[in-house]
Amino acid sequence: MNFRIPILKLRDTLIVSIQWELDDQTAIQFQEDLLNKLHETSARGVVIDLTSVDFIDSFIAKVLGDVISMSSLMGARVVITGIQPAVAITLIELGIRLEDVMTALDLENGLDKLQLELEA
Amino acid sequence: MSNQSSVEILTEWDIVAARQLGRNVAKELGFGTVDQARITTAISELARNIYLYAGQGRIEIQRLTENGVKGILIIAADNGPGIPDIRKVMEDGFSTSGGLGAGLPGVKRLMDDFRIETILGEGTDIRATKWLR
Repeated sequence: MNFRIPILKLRDTLIVSIQWELDDQTAIQFQEDLLNKLHETSARGVVIDLTSVDFIDSFIAKVLGDVISMSSLMGARVVITGIQPAVAITLIELGIRLEDVMTALDLENGLDKLQLELEA
Repeated sequence: MSNQSSVEILTEWDIVAARQLGRNVAKELGFGTVDQARITTAISELARNIYLYAGQGRIEIQRLTENGVKGILIIAADNGPGIPDIRKVMEDGFSTSGGLGAGLPGVKRLMDDFRIETILGEGTDIRATKWLR
């Protein structure tokens, strides 16, 4: 019953596209899976694409924020891409600031940004 | 006309069920994607508060019509410990659960109308409304 979010590896980057409504268990499982995958693959960057996510509550925001900090502890950079207008509006109104988080409009821009960051 | 439906909040899965119910009703009423996200998020926060602080309770979704304007009413009710200091929980940045839950001020901002009644030892009743413009 435990659903897992697929994590793809492309060269030195992990790519995740979240396309389902995240329940608590799936979100926490994703956190663990992503960190394990970073460890296994020695990837240096992660792109988490949220194009298909239509709302983010404080719990999902916390899980995302935590996974970014955890990845950073392991030496990897994370870019969040594809945040929908409705999601951006509700996150700010709710009072959640994802500070110091690298973001990009879409997956393509996110990969470019990550590449620049990793080369720097 | 007031058409209602509700979800009992006992486990974290019920938080998902409550927000799905709310989103479906919001969609049916004709709310746009931004308001749907506001309503879904508000329900998720209120349901999580019940789960975290009261252990169990209920989210009720009502369709409203007032002077020809449609709206959605979220009722979050529990028989939990109640809130000792409402003024404090309505301050931005105050959360007793270690950062989890942006709290009630966030929910208030997402909705048009927000009312809270709480009695220590008896429970809390929160009503939040969004009108269709």
